[in-house]
Amino acid sequence: MIEVEHLTKKYGDLVAVRDLSFKVEKGMIWGLLGPNAAGKTTTMRILTGYLPATEGKATVCGFDVFEQPNEVKRIIGYLPETLPLYPEMTVSDYLDFVAAIKKVPAATRKSALDQAVETSGLEKVRKRLIKNISRGYKQRVGIAQALIHNPDVLILDEPTIGLDPAQIIEIRQLIKSLKGERTIILSTHILAEVTQTCDGAVIINEGKLMASGSLEEISASIRKKEGVTIRLRRAGDEAATVLREIPGVEKVSRQDGEFAVEWSQGKDLREAIAKLAVEKDWGLLEMRPVAMNIEDLYLRVVSGGIEP
Amino acid sequence: MKNIWYVAKKEIKTYFTSPIAYVVIAVFLVLVGFFFYSAIWWFNSQSIQMAQNPYYYQQANINQMVYAPLFHNMSIILLLMIPLLTMRLFSEEKKIGTDELLYTSPINVGQIILGKYLAALVVLAAMLILTGVLSVFTFAYGNPELPQILNGYLGLFLMGAAFIGVGIFFSSLTENQIVSAILTFGALLLFWILNWASHSASGMWKSVLDYLSFFQHFDDLTRGILDTSDLVYYLSFAFFGLFLTHSVLQSRRWR
Repeated sequence: MIEVEHLTKKYGDLVAVRDLSFKVEKGMIWGLLGPNAAGKTTTMRILTGYLPATEGKATVCGFDVFEQPNEVKRIIGYLPETLPLYPEMTVSDYLDFVAAIKKVPAATRKSALDQAVETSGLEKVRKRLIKNISRGYKQRVGIAQALIHNPDVLILDEPTIGLDPAQIIEIRQLIKSLKGERTIILSTHILAEVTQTCDGAVIINEGKLMASGSLEEISASIRKKEGVTIRLRRAGDEAATVLREIPGVEKVSRQDGEFAVEWSQGKDLREAIAKLAVEKDWGLLEMRPVAMNIEDLYLRVVSGGIEP
Repeated sequence: MKNIWYVAKKEIKTYFTSPIAYVVIAVFLVLVGFFFYSAIWWFNSQSIQMAQNPYYYQQANINQMVYAPLFHNMSIILLLMIPLLTMRLFSEEKKIGTDELLYTSPINVGQIILGKYLAALVVLAAMLILTGVLSVFTFAYGNPELPQILNGYLGLFLMGAAFIGVGIFFSSLTENQIVSAILTFGALLLFWILNWASHSASGMWKSVLDYLSFFQHFDDLTRGILDTSDLVYYLSFAFFGLFLTHSVLQSRRWR
């Protein structure tokens, strides 16, 4: 659906995006995750045809962003980071204008407008001037303008920025409800946004790709080591020594009455550990995986402690 | 074509929902009204004196004595007002981020420029048409020649159209509206007074400077002379402004 291949964007000497490649399948919500100034907005601007790339290729629904910009612009709905709203217009005048320039046929423009107003929950403010409505409503108008021509692809740049917690939850629900036939890419620097709304993510930092794929794939790929933490009712220090003797175990550490057992990727020693615990009558209370999670990865990405 | 109209419609609406168009039109009308009043007053007193002498009385001509100076005054007021009409056209889009909406929509830059240009022309036309009220008095109490007046209005419109072309160009250069207005004003004034420099120039330079000056071309039109070279001058000026705007906006996106 959306394919980005070896995309590079330079502003003079500054490289905003370098050799970025990723792919988003149809009907998915994908998060473009990265700290501020990671190149998220630049990537989105290239996909929407606002900026040309310096090198590389991007296609949306089979149309090349650079070769067939008008076809791409027709099927993309875009919410830029700075809301593109005209303060002097009323909400419905504004949406009508957007519908017109997005090539919604005059005959269906009225119903497209009603639909967008309904989906984005704007009934109360449709006759008001945009400059007089609240920040939350402005954000909704931004989403409504992205939706008005019923695009196959939605690109949302920081859709929840500047909103209060209740509004953030509303917008997230709105985005989830838009899924279905549409493919959605949203950018954010907040991990929770991705884990709560998205099916997958592209993590970038300083313009470079750090990880991409579905959330499970990312978690799997970043696990160099796998392991479990087990809690035992009756076990002394000797349990650590016994556990270490299981073939394949690389490390056993004890912390706060729990044992962390690690082994290298590809094996699965959970069964052996459980069996041993039963044999030794340790009283196995709990066993949970302790692979490094996406949160740890993201923290390391943000603090610059990881190389792709 | 439709896209141009959509953009124009939006711009016209914005002109008239914000105070800009009303203020510009109102101030323009007040000033024109004042100049008209003083011209008529002067014409009256001249006519009374001329009435003493049958030869001079034949020479009294409301077109030459009221309209020609009035059109000159109006053109100066336009020079001051047009930068205020054009300053926001592209500067504001850039400043508030709405340019991102326009450039990610399936319409091209040329259509956006023409739409905005058309909207400014509509406001210009409204300004000029509203001053037509003044002619009700001259026609009621005198006998001016209509073609000559229309010729003057055509000149004002063409000159305004050229001014707007220049204004749009400067608006595309900066996101600061004040800067855009000052640059437009400066450029227009410079082209206006080019013929001053031509007095001291000679030969080819003199004719080049004369040709480039707004003033020289406008003078013919107020005197009722419709010369195609004047039309070509104003239209090519407007076209050149729009062409430069197009180049600026295209290059900005490819940087």
